[in-house]
Amino acid sequence: MSKTSDNPKVSSLNDLLAVAYQIEIDAVERYNVLADQMETHNNPELVKIFRDLARAEGIHGEEIRRLAGDFDVENGARQFARFGRTDSPEEAELGSAHYLMTPWHALQLSLAGEKRALAYFTFIVETTKDPKVKAMAAELVEEEAEHVNLVNRLLHRYPPPRDSWAEDLDPPVSQE
Amino acid sequence: MSSVSTRFACKPADYKSDLKPIWCPGCGDYHVLMSFTRAFAQLGLAPEKIAVISGIGCSSRIPAYTNCYGFHGVHGRSLALAAGLKVTRPDLTVVVASGDGDGYSIGGNHFLHACRRNIDMTYVVMDNRIYGMTKGQPSPTTEPEFDTALTPGGTGVAPFHPLVVALASGANFIARCFSGEPNETADVLAEAIKHPGFSFIEILSPCVTFRPDEKEWKDQVRPAPVAATDDQGKAARRLMTDDGFNLGVLYRGNRAPFQPAVVGAGDTDLSELEKDFEL
Repeated sequence: MSKTSDNPKVSSLNDLLAVAYQIEIDAVERYNVLADQMETHNNPELVKIFRDLARAEGIHGEEIRRLAGDFDVENGARQFARFGRTDSPEEAELGSAHYLMTPWHALQLSLAGEKRALAYFTFIVETTKDPKVKAMAAELVEEEAEHVNLVNRLLHRYPPPRDSWAEDLDPPVSQE
Repeated sequence: MSSVSTRFACKPADYKSDLKPIWCPGCGDYHVLMSFTRAFAQLGLAPEKIAVISGIGCSSRIPAYTNCYGFHGVHGRSLALAAGLKVTRPDLTVVVASGDGDGYSIGGNHFLHACRRNIDMTYVVMDNRIYGMTKGQPSPTTEPEFDTALTPGGTGVAPFHPLVVALASGANFIARCFSGEPNETADVLAEAIKHPGFSFIEILSPCVTFRPDEKEWKDQVRPAPVAATDDQGKAARRLMTDDGFNLGVLYRGNRAPFQPAVVGAGDTDLSELEKDFEL
């Protein structure tokens, strides 16, 4: 995952909006990739969860576009918002996916992403000298904190699976 | 790069086909596909000016998941196909996708001579050190002690060292990437495509099904401690002594690419050729 030093340097309100928008768009794309994987591997419950998460992130992206007003946030994101060597904060980790994963696993991926986004915007609040950037970043911190709480609440509905969750009586490993 | 003639305002998603990948969830190849599309978008290449060529294996499914021209060839022969295409259509950007079994075993001889010829194309090998599609047999890069039901106690055979072989055989650009760093991989791929001659990128791409131990790669990889060199001697020493986890561009050569003149290219009368095949 991105190290702080790899993150785009935000020096204006438009920079911040571009980054915030890109974070949401990246998350949408990643959740849709995961939903596609689960569709291919016949895990319909997870398909629905990842599609719902993608939809929610898409709504957040549209909210940021609205906040940006006349500023072309999509173009700004393409030009500016790039997170170092790896993923942007809310992109769920692809390497953690498994064809038998459960809703609890999906929500853990989501929770980790929301926490990374929260940490990212908190870092901007703490380091920026621009009052407009600070105010907007603080709003984004509030939103991400709400999302963390929301995912934590959802996790009450989906307790951790049994240790044998990945056990497959007809596994793909034919040699063992 | 002789091929990039048009700036095309595409987003990475515009290079994806409608087909959904059937790789295992968690497979590193998903990230590699992202790196392909990001690199193409970064270079502004028109999809119809790109050809993605492959052989056989999990990694070789990648042409189907892009909306560029593609050719899913026979096992180990992707480089031969790609060389023929690039020679006759030098205007195309040719990217070849392979795996460690397809590329280093079945296609090992083509690898040597593709490096030697130095035709202007980019060769990406997604190395997971196992034959994944055929369910877990050791490949040329599998560690000697890796235990499978087919090779109890391991093969006992030292692994192939593709980067060293590429350098010795004449590859003009050599890099190593990790699938879990898709932005960095996209940057290196874009640079490899732009670099004249034969560019070779090894991408460490974990097989989560048959090599779950490779999930640890993300903690083992690190940027190479020194910048790329154009000195073959220095590059050889570095590549021989690294542990396989140094990432980035490791060698940038300056050999002129081989681009033979094709007699009759562009004005060939196909009806004349057809006559030769008449029964």
